[in-house]
Amino acid sequence: MQVDQLYQEIILDHYKHPHGRGLRDADDPAASVAEAHHVNPTCGDEVTVRVATDGAVLHDVSYDGFGCSISQASASVLHELLAGRPAAEAFAVHAAFVELMSGRGEVTPDEEVLGDGVAFAGVARYPARVKCALLPWMAFKDAAARAGVDTSPTEVQG
Amino acid sequence: MTTIAIPPGMPQYGDVPSYDVAAVRADFPILDRTVNGHPLVYLDSANTSHKPRQVLDVLREHYEWRNANVSRSVHTLGTEATEAYEGARAKVAAFINAPSPDEVVFTKNSTEAINIVAYAFSNASLRPDADPRFRLGPGDEVVISEMEHHSNIVPWQLLCERTGATLRWFPVTDHGRLDESGLTDLVNERTKIVSLVHMSNILGTVNATSRITQRVREVGALLLLDCSQSVPHMPMDVVDYDADFIVFTGHKMCAPSGIGVLWGRTELLAAMPPVLGGGSMIETVAMSGSTFAPPPTRFEAGTPPIAEAVALGAAVDYLSGVGMRAIQWHEKQLTAYALDALATVPELRIFGPNVPVGRGGTISFALGDIHPHDVGQVLDSLGVQVRVGHHCARPVCTRFGVPATTRASFYLYTTTEEIDALVAGLEQVRKVFA
Repeated sequence: MQVDQLYQEIILDHYKHPHGRGLRDADDPAASVAEAHHVNPTCGDEVTVRVATDGAVLHDVSYDGFGCSISQASASVLHELLAGRPAAEAFAVHAAFVELMSGRGEVTPDEEVLGDGVAFAGVARYPARVKCALLPWMAFKDAAARAGVDTSPTEVQG
Repeated sequence: MTTIAIPPGMPQYGDVPSYDVAAVRADFPILDRTVNGHPLVYLDSANTSHKPRQVLDVLREHYEWRNANVSRSVHTLGTEATEAYEGARAKVAAFINAPSPDEVVFTKNSTEAINIVAYAFSNASLRPDADPRFRLGPGDEVVISEMEHHSNIVPWQLLCERTGATLRWFPVTDHGRLDESGLTDLVNERTKIVSLVHMSNILGTVNATSRITQRVREVGALLLLDCSQSVPHMPMDVVDYDADFIVFTGHKMCAPSGIGVLWGRTELLAAMPPVLGGGSMIETVAMSGSTFAPPPTRFEAGTPPIAEAVALGAAVDYLSGVGMRAIQWHEKQLTAYALDALATVPELRIFGPNVPVGRGGTISFALGDIHPHDVGQVLDSLGVQVRVGHHCARPVCTRFGVPATTRASFYLYTTTEEIDALVAGLEQVRKVFA
């Protein structure tokens, strides 16, 4: 069944058992904390992503929201991949994920860089669902910028 | 099993008008295609309907044989095109029992039709000499309902912002019916227009309008019915409904996209200032000022969607040939069948009336807490096309506490086998997300 490409086990697993869900306060009171709330107006999916950082390292990437399996699993993968990472690395992963989702299924993902994010390769073949997968990643980008992180991507350092 | 016979002399079940659904399906070429390796099961006709060969033939013939601009040429092609365009207007008028074809304004769609009325109010409000029925200001009220499509909410919100008038609305009951309990307060001497959906595009509810019409007449307001979901599916008689305006759109009734209708009473259309200015809508133009054509052309500035209008005329012929009463009965039977079938799906919750009375063949539901996008995606992999999302009726979703719904909608070509495919597909959805 073609839909299996879309609903990889990994995606369903992240959807049913999300990692790191829930908005958290920063452990370090000196950390810069900011969040962004994004909505997909066509389906009503919503996600809030919060970034806690000292400017160089993303101490935490927490989130909350509701919506379809793709958007919520994507938020779980976002947390898993980016929380605790140096900002430059995080943005390289971010760029790789955006490239994968914009590739209409033509981009071969690098598992070293994207981890469970490679499961979203199939989603890129469904233009109507790409926005779902990108929703938390776009919210992350805004939250990181508001927290004062330089959001320009650098070389992949996977 | 006991069979209860209807006494002789009473209407019998066999008396209801009917038609050969298989023969109708053969008229729609698209119904032969497959989707993702499965036969197409199209349950999204409330979104847009398919087009029968008879309509597509007329569209092609128009461009191949009588293509010309309308209402401005003396040549043969121009005359024939104008006759076809005006002929379509007459067909549409007859279809809704309008007293005159001049009461039919061709628009792009229902949205544009509603906006023409809203902007006529807006423009009249700027002119002290305008008809007072169309003048709005602070203290005046516009009434809609919570079950409107965004196209019957946003134009009135914008109008009220421009004029200082107040927007009020009928709430919706837990069963998805219009809550008329506050009717006398809601529709009062300050009300200038009530703009109400005839059949909800999300709940499927068909609103009974007579009490509201009566109240509208008592207070001297105007009544607009958004018939986008009703005119394609049931007989419409604007005289019987005693409305002032109705709007509907061609693409939901077997015609192409890009053509819609504003019907209005002659004297009201005549009292409305123009909205879009341009060619065709004028009487005379001088550099110092212009005067305007009478309706309907006053509201048809620029070259209209000619072939689309002609094809709408063909769609009206097609639907009339099948019979609107028969189509209504067919969909009523499908709706009863679907409501029973969906009731067998565990954790399925229907938004809107759960009986096939006072509702049409558009059914919105939730399947457990599985997101509608996921429901729709798995159904699509099985060839079943349903709409998911807020259906441009977000206040209804908010009312029922969900961000979105899954919606199946039927038309004259829909079969009970397609509803069975939907129910089987929903089982598959439950397996994937178990």
